[in-house]
Amino acid sequence: MNEIVESVNGAQLADEQRLIAIGQQVLEEARGQGASAAEASISVGTGLSVSVRRGEVDTLEHERDRSLAVVVYMGQRSGAASTADFSPRSLQATVAAACSIARYTSEDPARGLADPALLATDFPDLDLHHPWPLSADQAIERALAAEASARDADSRISDCDSATVTTGEGIRVYLNSNGFVGSRRGTRHGVSCIAIARDDAGMQRDYWFSVARSADELESPADVGRRAGERAASRLGSRRLQTGRVPVLYTPMMARGVIGQFLGAISGGNLYRKSSFLLDRLGEQVFPAHVQMQEHPHRPRGLASAAFDDEGVATRDCTVVEDGRLQTYLLDSYAGRRLGRQSTGHAGGVHNLEVRSGDKDFTQLLRTMDSGLVVTELMGQGGNLVTGDYSRGAAGFWVENGEIAYPVEEITVAGNLRDMFAGLQAVGADRDERGSIITGSLLFEQMTVAGK
Amino acid sequence: MTESLDIARQTLLAPAGLDDAALEQAFDRLLAPSVDAADLYFQCTRSESWALEDGMIKQGTHSIDQGVGVRAISGEKTGFAYSDDIVLPALLEASGAARAIARSGQSRGLQVWQRGHGLDLYPPLDPVESMPDQDKVDLLRRVDAEARRIDPRVEQVFVNLSGSHDVVLVADGDGRLNADVRPLVRLNVRVQVEHNGRRESGNAGAGGRYAYTRFLEDDLALGLAREAVRQALVNLEADEAPAGTMPVVLGAGWPGILLHEAIGHGLEGDFNRKGTSAFAGRLGDRVASEYCTVVDDGTLTDRRGSLNVDDEGEPSQCTTLIENGILKGYMQDRMNARLMGVSPTGNGRRQSYAHLPMPRMTNTYMLAGPHDPEDIVRSVDRGLYAVNFGGGQVDITSGKFVFSASEAYLIENGKVTRPVKGATLIGNGPDVLTRVSMVGSDMELDSGIGTCGKDGQLVPVGVGQPTLKVDALTVGGTRG
Ligand SMILES: [Zn+2]
Repeated sequence: MNEIVESVNGAQLADEQRLIAIGQQVLEEARGQGASAAEASISVGTGLSVSVRRGEVDTLEHERDRSLAVVVYMGQRSGAASTADFSPRSLQATVAAACSIARYTSEDPARGLADPALLATDFPDLDLHHPWPLSADQAIERALAAEASARDADSRISDCDSATVTTGEGIRVYLNSNGFVGSRRGTRHGVSCIAIARDDAGMQRDYWFSVARSADELESPADVGRRAGERAASRLGSRRLQTGRVPVLYTPMMARGVIGQFLGAISGGNLYRKSSFLLDRLGEQVFPAHVQMQEHPHRPRGLASAAFDDEGVATRDCTVVEDGRLQTYLLDSYAGRRLGRQSTGHAGGVHNLEVRSGDKDFTQLLRTMDSGLVVTELMGQGGNLVTGDYSRGAAGFWVENGEIAYPVEEITVAGNLRDMFAGLQAVGADRDERGSIITGSLLFEQMTVAGK
Repeated sequence: MTESLDIARQTLLAPAGLDDAALEQAFDRLLAPSVDAADLYFQCTRSESWALEDGMIKQGTHSIDQGVGVRAISGEKTGFAYSDDIVLPALLEASGAARAIARSGQSRGLQVWQRGHGLDLYPPLDPVESMPDQDKVDLLRRVDAEARRIDPRVEQVFVNLSGSHDVVLVADGDGRLNADVRPLVRLNVRVQVEHNGRRESGNAGAGGRYAYTRFLEDDLALGLAREAVRQALVNLEADEAPAGTMPVVLGAGWPGILLHEAIGHGLEGDFNRKGTSAFAGRLGDRVASEYCTVVDDGTLTDRRGSLNVDDEGEPSQCTTLIENGILKGYMQDRMNARLMGVSPTGNGRRQSYAHLPMPRMTNTYMLAGPHDPEDIVRSVDRGLYAVNFGGGQVDITSGKFVFSASEAYLIENGKVTRPVKGATLIGNGPDVLTRVSMVGSDMELDSGIGTCGKDGQLVPVGVGQPTLKVDALTVGGTRG
């Protein structure tokens, strides 16, 4: 299998200068076709993904992606187009398609490039690029180690659905006709495992994963496999619960989703459309006073670190919630103009948003809750951001006297996000750093659990 | 189908000067002695979308994506590589990479090319070209005006029109050459209403494998506007939903998402080959009441989930999954069919050339039953009547599934009474259909809005069912 090693780590990844030149060509072409302004983003990536099952390779995938997207402005009208073909003929056709669309869109006073005064001028090295010279054979070996470890974790692990090792590298370049040129290059590597546990009553699956910019920060394949195995086995013998109102503790992986809903409710797109249950709440108490949320976009090696957002606007440290009060909305240029405000550098979302509160670990939070539900899995769509209504399928554990009593499944948890946030009793110190939202467990005062 | 193959050659191979000899060269690289199957999947997708908001044509996008995916299978192992350049050197390089899964040795030759015979379920038209751009934006404006005309409480109207033209050509190691030209369009309306500070929304959509002009027929487009407003106004009156286990009556059509989640995914061949599905090894078992017969049918004319051939070149078919309550069959792609020793069922699908095929659903629905839909509602003393849904999800191993109601009512003493807020319903796939005690005569397919996600890959699908009653299902409301 040595013949494929060379394509793994971006030996063929186009260099940034070439992508910038292509972007400039596109902006030039847009000007030539009559656009008053334009912006282009180009991304290319390569990757290797290996999955094993039952001690053998299951899939070996080589990934190579590229895409170019252009937005052209004809005064206050705009049109967008994208392509994966970077030939001059295709670029010309892509710009033409965008210009043609712009002729049919409406004049929109809020439309346009980001305010030049807000564009990033400083490009700190965020330490995001750590290629992993991993051959396919080495990747297979690591995946096999994860799988073996999952099987060893518990005698009831009958199988693994898969154990996977991935490595990837990408470059993203953004340019606009106000002279902004920015590029970011980064790597992302991962190990994951999905284990299947079986007993007389049936089967359960669960997973664990590790992801990092640099391979030396990954959990070992053996640890990933073991945790997947333990998690799957711990779900065997799940029962249902009686319907009622109880305290609910979301583990960090589940907590991330609820915080994501909060961020959705304070994001510009939902605010100017009046499609948020948190309209006009700036400066007000949304969470209890112990809750803090801060964003650190320049965190070295952060999974969501970036010096500029998707429109070139400089990102900076920002307090989103202080002592439970909402300190800022999350705005891109368009939503900012619609709301009579400036972009906050959130085109494309948040960059390393951290939720902080107390210093209780998971075990201490169980004791605080005393009796209630721990949610380790959620199913289905989240809440309704217009109304805040929230209802999801769930699985997890029932807790009695501050200790896990037994696994539960086939239940729902429901409430209103506004009340859930206001009644947030604690945020754990068990922070999960594997995403753009970094949070510990969340303890909600009361939710409705539906079951038997 | 011959026409499709000609279009596909012209679109995908001719621009790069690729001929049959070039494909043979690629297979020379791919077909190591231990390779059981291999294929080249060429694809060019052109798509566009138009969005209206605040009465303005706010956005339009156009995109072209093309490339070739190369796969080699040896036993249960799959090697895969792809390129977004359709040129000979990239094709040969990808072939070499995909083959790395197999032991090396002398390649075996390819048989003579044979044209496949697919179905003819939709015309090979390009929706993007099926209507002038001016007419597309006029259509959006008319839908907006209709929604606003109906009720002064309408605060926001979002209209989305999208279309794609997908040309695929599959060449496989058995020398089969198949092509499909797949149009797909969709019109969606979301309405937000406001009354005394309370806001609610409603959604309606339709689509299929046809030209945009279909939206102008039978009042279809304006009908969607009225339907979205109706739903939003119903939600404006909705009380808290009940919490707990109770009888649930599901309406006809889109609520068939029940079948997609509760049994559909669990009957896909890959999970059953691996033994990770709650349905594994249960062929011939009773998994539903006698009233339930469920099929997966990719052969319906114009439907969103239909395919002339699947993404492995197999003609679509109608596969009986459950017949009168007995589990009859799984949905297969070629690899899982071969490994399980059964025939492929035309369910091998992939999101694009950059993704591996898997067994996927097409249009999954339950056939009509013997009961009068009104009698079904009348039979319920206290329960839920759910007629519109958002999405769903399933854990195929434990069998637990959810689907989220977006329009629902209480049933009290055999009558539909007050509307209640949306809520998630949860159940257990392997036994939920055994609790289906009544099945209506009003079988209906959905309006063409379904998208299914599996392992991160999205494909368009359809669902359908008659009105039916599940004797006990858990409703995730807030009123205990
Ligand atoms: Zn699905």
